[in-house]
Amino acid sequence: MSEVASGARELSYAEAIREAMDIALGSDERVVLMGEDIGVYGGAFQVTGDLVHKYGEERVIDTPISELGGAGVAVGAAMTGLRPIFEFQFSDFATLAMEQIVNQAAKVRYMLGGALSVPVVMRFPAGSGTGAAAQHSQSIEAWLGHVPGLKVVQPSTPEDAKGLLLAALEDADPVMIFEHKVLYKMKGPVPEGHYTTPIGKAATRREGEDLTIVATSLMVHKAMSAAETLAEEGIDAEVIDLRTIRPMDRDTVLDSVRKTGRLVCVYEGVKTLGVGAEVSAMVAESDAFDFLDAPIVRLGGAECPIPYNPELEKAAVPQVPDILEASRAIAQGRV
Amino acid sequence: MADETLPTTHEKVEANAPFAIRTYSPAVLKEALRKMYLIRKFEEGAEDSYTRGLIHGTMHLCIGQEASSVGTCLPLEEDDKITSTHRGHGHCIAKGAEVAKMFAEFFGKESGYCRGRGGSMHIADPSKGNLGANGIVGGGIPIAVGAALTAKRLATGNVVVCLFGDGANNEGAFHESLNMAAIWKLPVVFVCENNQYGMSTSIHRSTAVKSIAVRAESYAMPGVSVDGNDVSAVSEAVHDAVERARRGEGPSLIESLTYRLRGHSKSDRNRYRDKEEIAEWQALDPIPRFAASLMEHGVLSETEVAELDTDTDREIAEAIELARAAPDPDVAELTRDVYTARRA
Repeated sequence: MSEVASGARELSYAEAIREAMDIALGSDERVVLMGEDIGVYGGAFQVTGDLVHKYGEERVIDTPISELGGAGVAVGAAMTGLRPIFEFQFSDFATLAMEQIVNQAAKVRYMLGGALSVPVVMRFPAGSGTGAAAQHSQSIEAWLGHVPGLKVVQPSTPEDAKGLLLAALEDADPVMIFEHKVLYKMKGPVPEGHYTTPIGKAATRREGEDLTIVATSLMVHKAMSAAETLAEEGIDAEVIDLRTIRPMDRDTVLDSVRKTGRLVCVYEGVKTLGVGAEVSAMVAESDAFDFLDAPIVRLGGAECPIPYNPELEKAAVPQVPDILEASRAIAQGRV
Repeated sequence: MADETLPTTHEKVEANAPFAIRTYSPAVLKEALRKMYLIRKFEEGAEDSYTRGLIHGTMHLCIGQEASSVGTCLPLEEDDKITSTHRGHGHCIAKGAEVAKMFAEFFGKESGYCRGRGGSMHIADPSKGNLGANGIVGGGIPIAVGAALTAKRLATGNVVVCLFGDGANNEGAFHESLNMAAIWKLPVVFVCENNQYGMSTSIHRSTAVKSIAVRAESYAMPGVSVDGNDVSAVSEAVHDAVERARRGEGPSLIESLTYRLRGHSKSDRNRYRDKEEIAEWQALDPIPRFAASLMEHGVLSETEVAELDTDTDREIAEAIELARAAPDPDVAELTRDVYTARRA
């Protein structure tokens, strides 16, 4: 899945994020980490790990359980010269901080006519699959994707998790990073040292001729798995990892649809008014529409909160068999 | 605004003179009164412009609260920061903003502080340390704490003054922010301008404690209530809190008791208070009080006060004309500044 030369060392997704923060803390005095239990505890998902021992409590700052205030402090610090990386313990808890994210971070630059920027980075451990139920499993990236002024990224690999975080730190605008909790332990090749993964650029993870699967985050892996099975059946799927949902990489998606004539969108957020709606509309509003040989299919989260029971939980978000079924149906002209 | 100019007209300041008169030079005191007039006339000019149809949106006037704005900013250096509120014109002028650029913003002009994108509720002047007004009650409070975190981390020596109204003292952001400022000992001074009403709801109906200042105790910081219509009292309390913050001893809370003589916004019909109450506060108008104090202590003559009065009239009239003549933004630039064009 990666363009990194074989033989590159492997890190987990969580380790890759930590390495990015380590590089940032080590090279830029303005960088501080903020969040709940990110210090000696190492973060709820052990992403910050031991960084507090290397950089001290002044730079790896445990906040009280005050999401609104904490996020606002990060915004104010970013407006005045620091480069805060703010970790929400779970993306769900960001609902407590929407005021600062949506009204302040996203709008300060615009409503001040460009007089100030808010170069804050916020990290959101997101997604289902951990048995944590409705208030610890949501995928709310599309909420923030609806807000001009924010940039919203969803890395699916360790390499991109590091590269997108380092890119976010070089960006003058607020960047929201949705990390999938199930991916934290996934390993993959990660280049050494400093590099950036461009924000706003999708990655084609697999080239194919018969249909395009546009996926985000954990769904990229499910799409890749489905594509392998489809290949055995003679269906050649192209898999696009969106990586950034705002701003969305229009060209990569449209070029692929012009080539394949078929589109399946797979995302974990609730299907209605979600990322897939935007991708579909992007195609429908462009000349790529003329290349479609089948209706577009969206596979998104079910119209319910994430349930606790493991079988119910699986049923609430797209799975590989769902992708297979949808792909076969449009490839075989059954829809 | 600290000034090293030696006293000229009041060389022998009485020991029992008010703090401001003992502490600041005549030039600084004169400028403070000038700013109070300027704020009052700015607000009146804004109100008049609204009536004449020159202003597109609503506005929140601070008429009656001028001492609070000016007294708060007197002890600050230019690079000290403030965060302000939807009722922020006074803060803005007190921190050094140009009234013509403020009017231009009101009129939605390209030459306004926010290039016509923000209007009254978002005026900011980072060049003078003003991080901006805020349309969200309490929205600026955590931002001020963030600015104070920057000041501490980067050892800038700056202090942040966080202005907010009594309405904000019941927002979660207030409580979360004061707590964080205290545990991290940040150089921030919280100034609550208690003008008695959050829109129509009186402080007595909205707030469980009798004095907002006592809330400081919950966050282990000093809290005082002062007469917010007395420039000297406000400046003294802020001075002490700023010095404490600069010494690295952490935040303070100051409750500045004042009153907005006008309604909440242009839609207010004053149904929640009576004329007698307004008249009582009218009698405590901070501008004649400060002018009288400066004359009493020989800082300014009656003629000098009268000159400030008429000079600020002229300044406001000129600012309005300048702003009216300024060009509107180009609609083609609608989405400019949503994102930064260059890399920081």
